[in-house]
Amino acid sequence: MTGLQQPGIAATTERGWFARHKWLLARRFSQFAILGLFLLGPWLGIWMVKGNLTSSRTLDVLPLTDPFIFLQSLATGYLPELTAIIGALLVVAFYLLVGGRVFCAWVCPVNIVTDTAHWSRRRLGINAASRLSPNARYWLLGAVLLLALITGSLAWELVNPVSVLHRGLIFGMGFGWLIILAIFLFDLLVSRRGWCGHLCPMGAFYSALGTHSLVRVRADRREHCNDCMDCYAVCPEPQVIRLALKGEQQGKGPVISSAHCTNCGRCIDVCSKEVFTFGSRFHNRPDASRQHQHSSGMEVPQ
Amino acid sequence: MMGSKPQISAARRRFLVDMARTAGGVALFAGGLGLYARQAHSLPSLAIRPPGARDEEQFLGSCIRCGLCVRDCPFDTLSLATLDDAVALGTPYFTARSIPCEMCDDIPCVKACPTGALNPELTDIDAARMGLAVLIDQENCLNFQGLRCEVCYSVCPSIDKAITLERHHNPRSDKHAVFIPVVHSDHCTGCGKCEKACVLEKAAIKILPMYLARGELGQHYRWGWEEKQKAGRSLVTPDQQHQYNLPEGQRYDYAGEGLIYEQGGELPFDADPLETLNRGLEQQR
Repeated sequence: MTGLQQPGIAATTERGWFARHKWLLARRFSQFAILGLFLLGPWLGIWMVKGNLTSSRTLDVLPLTDPFIFLQSLATGYLPELTAIIGALLVVAFYLLVGGRVFCAWVCPVNIVTDTAHWSRRRLGINAASRLSPNARYWLLGAVLLLALITGSLAWELVNPVSVLHRGLIFGMGFGWLIILAIFLFDLLVSRRGWCGHLCPMGAFYSALGTHSLVRVRADRREHCNDCMDCYAVCPEPQVIRLALKGEQQGKGPVISSAHCTNCGRCIDVCSKEVFTFGSRFHNRPDASRQHQHSSGMEVPQ
Repeated sequence: MMGSKPQISAARRRFLVDMARTAGGVALFAGGLGLYARQAHSLPSLAIRPPGARDEEQFLGSCIRCGLCVRDCPFDTLSLATLDDAVALGTPYFTARSIPCEMCDDIPCVKACPTGALNPELTDIDAARMGLAVLIDQENCLNFQGLRCEVCYSVCPSIDKAITLERHHNPRSDKHAVFIPVVHSDHCTGCGKCEKACVLEKAAIKILPMYLARGELGQHYRWGWEEKQKAGRSLVTPDQQHQYNLPEGQRYDYAGEGLIYEQGGELPFDADPLETLNRGLEQQR
């Protein structure tokens, strides 16, 4: 089995299994914990969180509303009531801070499905890849909003795999499994990271939301990179890494500033040289990485 | 020939092809979804929306399918549509024959709605119009046959207002009465208790969505008697004096006793009817 089929093998031998999977475990915990909070009610009768990801009420006081569906509702020409407005603003504020696609990596249940597809793809050595543009999602985002405008209904919500899966798990799935299966097979057999990385208009919306977010992955120790390519192999949006990791000569700073980065932290996990770390979007001068290490007392190898 | 083309053209061509592919694919998908969305606009006849739900058209734009109304319904009446239901995916509905709406005074489902797809202006549950009960099968309704079932009437939360019993002659036995349950749209909320309670194998009275249950008058049409009452007088010209071409000494009273002979008038009949019949036959005798 080659290194790219099992990325992070170097990191495992040097840092141990747990350290290599730290952020992945944290992410899975977050995804399942959020789902679990919603399921406590219907399964055990403990009603802490009611509703689903499109809109919820926590402890009977905190309203949260998905700003993407809120925007679609606005596009149909309907102005929702205050509760939904407050809920949407709270969610927007959160993702403006931590990065829009944190939703994709840390909350969205479909991520577990597509990550599994990606993992299986690697394990089974499936290389088939259709030439999908990563910008197709923005076209879809436009189409979704346009459809809402034209039909006057939330047309996207008739097929949206994210709400189909999350609502289905909580309220009953019906044939919704078919849509999820289709996404899995698409990612497994047709296109690498096809759904989350190329098509999902919800991801596109959250990308746009997090364009200027504060929390970022930084390649602060990029001069330690030994070109093992493990980070590219695990990254759900591999195109976001290159500038931050290899851009020093072109005058680029170490911050991964692309809005497509999901802040999943998988690159931090798999890197045996501990190049990546979570940080802020600031201090992004080309020499910031070296300064950062000086200030944090890290050794700078020659 | 080939050499004269600039180097960029291959990359540019690829870019344009990719762009066209993406745009074409998205357009195809959006077109399909748009058609599907149009189809999903038609609410099936047995799915009833929760109280306060806006018009189906606006409901599908305002309901974000969060299920909070489902959660706050104390009677588990509501459910969210799944892919195998005919109702638009994820939207709340109930089936009256299974679990009808109990018409809570505080309307918790409406209070739970974060977007107002269930209109918060609905504060009196009696003003809800989820649908309309229609006694759709008169041939199997027991009361129509002259029996005294009338369970629909008895369970109605707005008894004697939303459903009344109207007594009619029973033409089958020709000596009994039938008590016909009649639904009145100005009081029926469409809660579905009557449909749930109907004793038949399949309910003879059913809740239908408003768009199916109700007819609509032409815009120009007016009920004459209502207009007359509003105006306080008849709105058509009063009847003309009737003119009859009658022999001297006779007149005709339309609303009164009919043909009237005045003093001295010529009678058309002899005192003996046979004389009249034989008139003109005297010579032949």
